[in-house]
Amino acid sequence: MQTVQPRSLPLRLPRMRPGGVLPILAILAVLLVLVGIRQPDFLAPQSLMSFLGRSAPIILLAAGQYFVIVSGEFDLSVGSLVTAQVVVAARLIDSDPSRTWPVVLLLLAFGALVGLVNGLITTRLRVPSFITTLGMFLILVGAVYLWSDGAPKGGLSEEFRRFGRRAFEDVPLLGRVPYALLVLVVLAVAAVLLMRSDFGRTLVAVGDNPRTAELSGVRVWRTRTFAFILSGLAAAVAAILLGGYSGVSFQAGAGLEFGAITAVVLGGVALGGGRGAVVGAMLGALTLELLFALMNFYGVSGALRSTVQGGIILLAVAVSATRSSSR
Amino acid sequence: MSDPPPTPLLTLRGIGKSFLGVRVLDGVDLDVAPGEVHAVVGENGAGKSTLMKIVSGGHAPDGGTVEFAGATRTFRGPRDAQRAGIGIIHQEFNLLPERTVAENVYLGHEPVRRGLVDRRGMLDRTTRLLASIGETTLPADARVGQLGVAQQQVVEIAKALALDARLLIMDEPTAALADHEVELLYGLVRRLQERGIGLLYVSHRLAEVFDLSGRITVLKDGRRVTTVDTASTTADELVRHMVGRELSSYYPDRAAPEDRGPVRLNLRDAGNRKLRDVNLQLRAGEVLGIGGLQGSGRSALARAIFGVSPFTTGDVTLDDRPVRLRSPRTAMRAGIAYVTEDRKGEGIVPRQSVLDNALLASRAVFAARSGRAARTARVRELLAAVEIRGAGDDQEIRFLSGGNQQKVVLARWLALNPRILLFDEPTRGIDVGAKSAIHDLVRRLARDGAAVLMISSDLPELLGMSDRIVVMRDGHVAGELPAGATEEEVVALAVGTVREKAQ
Repeated sequence: MQTVQPRSLPLRLPRMRPGGVLPILAILAVLLVLVGIRQPDFLAPQSLMSFLGRSAPIILLAAGQYFVIVSGEFDLSVGSLVTAQVVVAARLIDSDPSRTWPVVLLLLAFGALVGLVNGLITTRLRVPSFITTLGMFLILVGAVYLWSDGAPKGGLSEEFRRFGRRAFEDVPLLGRVPYALLVLVVLAVAAVLLMRSDFGRTLVAVGDNPRTAELSGVRVWRTRTFAFILSGLAAAVAAILLGGYSGVSFQAGAGLEFGAITAVVLGGVALGGGRGAVVGAMLGALTLELLFALMNFYGVSGALRSTVQGGIILLAVAVSATRSSSR
Repeated sequence: MSDPPPTPLLTLRGIGKSFLGVRVLDGVDLDVAPGEVHAVVGENGAGKSTLMKIVSGGHAPDGGTVEFAGATRTFRGPRDAQRAGIGIIHQEFNLLPERTVAENVYLGHEPVRRGLVDRRGMLDRTTRLLASIGETTLPADARVGQLGVAQQQVVEIAKALALDARLLIMDEPTAALADHEVELLYGLVRRLQERGIGLLYVSHRLAEVFDLSGRITVLKDGRRVTTVDTASTTADELVRHMVGRELSSYYPDRAAPEDRGPVRLNLRDAGNRKLRDVNLQLRAGEVLGIGGLQGSGRSALARAIFGVSPFTTGDVTLDDRPVRLRSPRTAMRAGIAYVTEDRKGEGIVPRQSVLDNALLASRAVFAARSGRAARTARVRELLAAVEIRGAGDDQEIRFLSGGNQQKVVLARWLALNPRILLFDEPTRGIDVGAKSAIHDLVRRLARDGAAVLMISSDLPELLGMSDRIVVMRDGHVAGELPAGATEEEVVALAVGTVREKAQ
């Protein structure tokens, strides 16, 4: 048999990959310059470390949300889950230091359980995740009110609060490094490694085309359910850090689900799944926090936060939609 | 090149187009006369779709002119081209399934009476329009989602005609049709011709091109190789123009009788919702062809064996041991691989890399069996072995041609060392070069001892590749034919003009 003549190569040029982290890095750099102009002190190691520590919960939530979104689903329940966790922790610990560790473990189990339920309802009962997690959101809000008779009870122990409050003092070069930042770094590295593993690659493939994944032997329901569990666990860790940092209230987690979704979208992750990096999602959260800090420095009202988030979601999705349809 | 007929409807002169610096069309000339069917053929990546998009306003050319109905045109978009009278029927239809035929036909330009949509008038006009192209059995108020593929295609054509299209572009119009529906399309095309409508007909299936077209333009690597009168050329000659190769070297040698091994897979009275009483034996070392019309249960058979919609009745034995293949995973564990018919919808994860696509199945099912590095190295070797041209392992698979995508899917399954391979239309929508590479690969797998079941609507392929042919009809086995059977024998069994063999 004769060989076929070689053909000219199809399109193969260096291009900016959609879903890459370059755009979000660029936005972050611009914001850092703007902050540096307005408030040079902010970029000193001391205040930067503290800022990163404060941002740890939303960054972790963004990572958790990323797993769910990249697999093609949504998790709207994380905000109320954080609230529920904080309120539950306060009541169960009731200022007794000896209960700290058992309650921490319990919160992680609680987060995983909520994720498991979200995942199973979505994948096995085929309820769209938007509805499943919206229902879970409302259930948790109501349950927490009911359980605590309308006002948070008890209090967190100092041991519990140290995760969100304390820091390693006198670290060379950096000064004060919050515990929260250490937790963040460890979990962020774990998240990146997870996304490079077989599970991570499979998770993105499921979001890209669940039919193909299923016919290639992937148990799509298990993969997605695991993503929900990861999101629940991220909410548990975020709740532990937030509870320590800002205290117990019914508002502890309010709006965090939208913050996380905004961050994920800003980080170049496609809604509907199949594209984007977990690093992008986490950088998106950092960028969002930096943007809020910047607004603060410029005296913009904090009341505009949700307006800004809404605008970012619409803009980011519009940009990615026009970019992908133009090819 | 032959003389163009007088007063062309469409004239393309020197059309060029580059994407990101890569030339995909270069100086292409082409014209279509009213009432002419002008076929455009070429391998995938030859520039056919780009050319069609330029004519229909989807892309603007970098160079050259588009003359339509006597005037030079620059279309600002598909709607602009539609208004000018150019309609395009894509491979994938653009219809609203929840709406009626009439609503689809007049979508966006509904007849209006006293400020409201004139439903009655719309139905009447649609009925007349359908009648004018000889379609009298299709009710204008039927919901499009309930229609078959062929009827949906009629709706697409009516939609273009409602916009007074004078030139229709058909992109692989028969790809989704069953064989008997193709005949209907032929009739439709002839009636469109009679109305003086010019047709640009893009197809991989040379038989259709010869049946329908007056002239044929061959594209290769973005250039026009030649334009010939259909009556004065042959299929061999066309294929030579497309790839520089003879048609006769097309199919690899069949298995010798002594190469056929023991029965690997045995179905006894197997059935489910779509299949009944299927008796079938698949031997090691052979390629068993499965013929039949679309909807006859060919794909249902493969999907039942692979555990997608499992058998609910009967017995299945694998190497003489009874098995229950309840899911793709169990089938894969039993050594079965399945290359699906719908590559885009079920075969690839489009936005992931070539490598990730090729690793998908091994990661999902045999992750624990071998080390990551070894597995990746093996898949890279397989990707090199199936010869994916012009693409790196890290490129997103959706940018590859259909043939290259299919090779990646094959590499995914070969990584599992399957002992039974189910191929459902393995070469549909694939260019000639990749097609013969896949044929060679299928035969090599059988020679190495795999049992291969291959479904194909392409009769020459079915006859050329199979050691035996089983023809399906209405969810059961209509009969079996040996190698060397004729197209007529297969078709006769498929449509049921001959008595079935007693089972």
